[in-house]
Amino acid sequence: MERPNTSRTRRALLLSALLGAGLPTLALAQSVTLLNVSYDVSREFYKDYNKAFLAQWKQGGGGELVINQSHGGSSKQIRSVIDGLAADVVTMNQALDIDMLALRAGMVPADWAKRFPDNAAPTTSVTVLLVRKGNPKAIRDWADVARPGVSVVIPNPKLTGNGRYSYVAAYGAVLKAGGTPAQARERVQQIFANVPVFDGGGRAATTTFVQRNIGDALATFESEVDLIREEFGDVFDVVYPTWTVLAENPVAVVDKVVDKKGTRKQAEAYLKWLWSPEAQEIAAQHGLRPRNAQVLARHAKTFPKVNAFTVDEVFGGWLKAQKEHFDDGALYDQILAANRR
Amino acid sequence: MLLSRGLLKRHSVLPGFDLALGFALLYISLIVLVPLSAAFLKTFTMTWAAFWDAVTSPRVLASYRLTFGASFAAAALNAVFGLVVAWVLVRYDFPFKRLIDALVDLPFALPTAVAGIALTAIYAENGWIGQFLPFKVSFTPVGVFVALVFIGVPFVVRTVQPVLEDVNRELEEAAATLGASRWQTFSKVILPIVLPALLTGFALAFARALGEYGSVIFIAGNMPMISEITPLLIITKLEQYDIAGATAIAVVMLVISFVLLLLINSLQTWARKRQGGV
Repeated sequence: MERPNTSRTRRALLLSALLGAGLPTLALAQSVTLLNVSYDVSREFYKDYNKAFLAQWKQGGGGELVINQSHGGSSKQIRSVIDGLAADVVTMNQALDIDMLALRAGMVPADWAKRFPDNAAPTTSVTVLLVRKGNPKAIRDWADVARPGVSVVIPNPKLTGNGRYSYVAAYGAVLKAGGTPAQARERVQQIFANVPVFDGGGRAATTTFVQRNIGDALATFESEVDLIREEFGDVFDVVYPTWTVLAENPVAVVDKVVDKKGTRKQAEAYLKWLWSPEAQEIAAQHGLRPRNAQVLARHAKTFPKVNAFTVDEVFGGWLKAQKEHFDDGALYDQILAANRR
Repeated sequence: MLLSRGLLKRHSVLPGFDLALGFALLYISLIVLVPLSAAFLKTFTMTWAAFWDAVTSPRVLASYRLTFGASFAAAALNAVFGLVVAWVLVRYDFPFKRLIDALVDLPFALPTAVAGIALTAIYAENGWIGQFLPFKVSFTPVGVFVALVFIGVPFVVRTVQPVLEDVNRELEEAAATLGASRWQTFSKVILPIVLPALLTGFALAFARALGEYGSVIFIAGNMPMISEITPLLIITKLEQYDIAGATAIAVVMLVISFVLLLLINSLQTWARKRQGGV
């Protein structure tokens, strides 16, 4: 036991001496590093979560652990992982991205969603509509933003998960209310005829709506509402449509990476703790709907009861939804083309 | 001819030609050619029909028109007013001249996203400038043009400026004493001298505008068929994990850009020759 340890320490010392002080993690040869590759707007949540997780991890005698974060547009992040960014865990806001990791690179098994409870999604959000203060255009539901003369800002569904969820919410709402696919198509066609700007990101769409003063409504995640209010003040009302989509934020251990690095134990513990009451509480404070019923009940004011369907339930999963609605030449492209005529 | 003469030139006055040439070729290959050929290779995973479909769909065609049209127009506008700015900076003395001179470089340094957000805010219908304009700028193709003008300015000014500084004032005086009008002095004496540099500046601004993404994306509004630029469609394809489709469009853009730049470069060589080989 003694020998390999000292030789490892010596090697580490030598390495860090060689490489200079630029890589401080090398000095902690025994400590394990996890990389969490995540989407853009989860930055604040994971900052708090990592702190809490590490505190209890060390208390339980888990050993030295360093958690690094990488944030960016979700599909760009997944492409990086496929191209070799050594992510131990991925934490996304759309199952499609993790499906791609399974499909394109086999880095996670196809049934990754079954490896944790709740579809492997510890938190959720729902797509809501923000309207101007006092709701001057009387927007109560998806049908209202489909009316002529109303304009609604939706981020580009081709580019953003936020936009895809908005589309899916509006489409699925019609089906849920007993409508036919043809009626659903007509509804989203009318809604997207009312979109004045297709921003390339959820936050950019927020700026367009709040600061540029464009549009009568903005479709975005409920989890963004508090942030927008902090940033821009109480200049809007939140409208919960009769039916909306449940946006699940799925997580997965990247098998290929953890098996190579020998970090499976740490990675699994890291993700599993997301379901702990403490972590669920942190999530709730960041506007993410917790799965834990008690925590949810505590924050009932922030998270009112909504009728929300999942993409799996209405569309048969994200892969199918992507293929039938968002791929080039699929339904979304068709309705845009029809709107120009 | 030119190439073979260059390659065969063995006894140059300067030593180390072989080494320098070898290094230059290696450097260009590593930095430019290898990544670009990777893009070409990726498209070989597609069938010809799929490639053709990807690069000629109506939406993509509309984006070529906007990207090349707006880039060309922006570079042309910059060529005219960039020349004026360079002229003023070289020929006149005025307060805060150094400050203005430094301001010219700002679009070089500013992160393009910042430029895009700032321009969008200013030209939006409730913005500082936008509220006084009778037409919409932000979220229209005009917005794309405005952003491209902004990022292109320094290229023209900075290429023309040193040449203007070298123009001998005596030439103008000689022209004047010989009875040339001001317009004649400008068009027959000054313009031929700066034309090659102006064309270079134009080409640089044009090339930069073609590839611009960060600033345009905020101001364009990204309406399909109307204000979508080609780089946006490339990103769109990438978002769908359609990497081959994305590189197909990229390759088409690359080829068109290369041909256009080659054309501008030969135009520039022609202008330089006509001027008498400076």
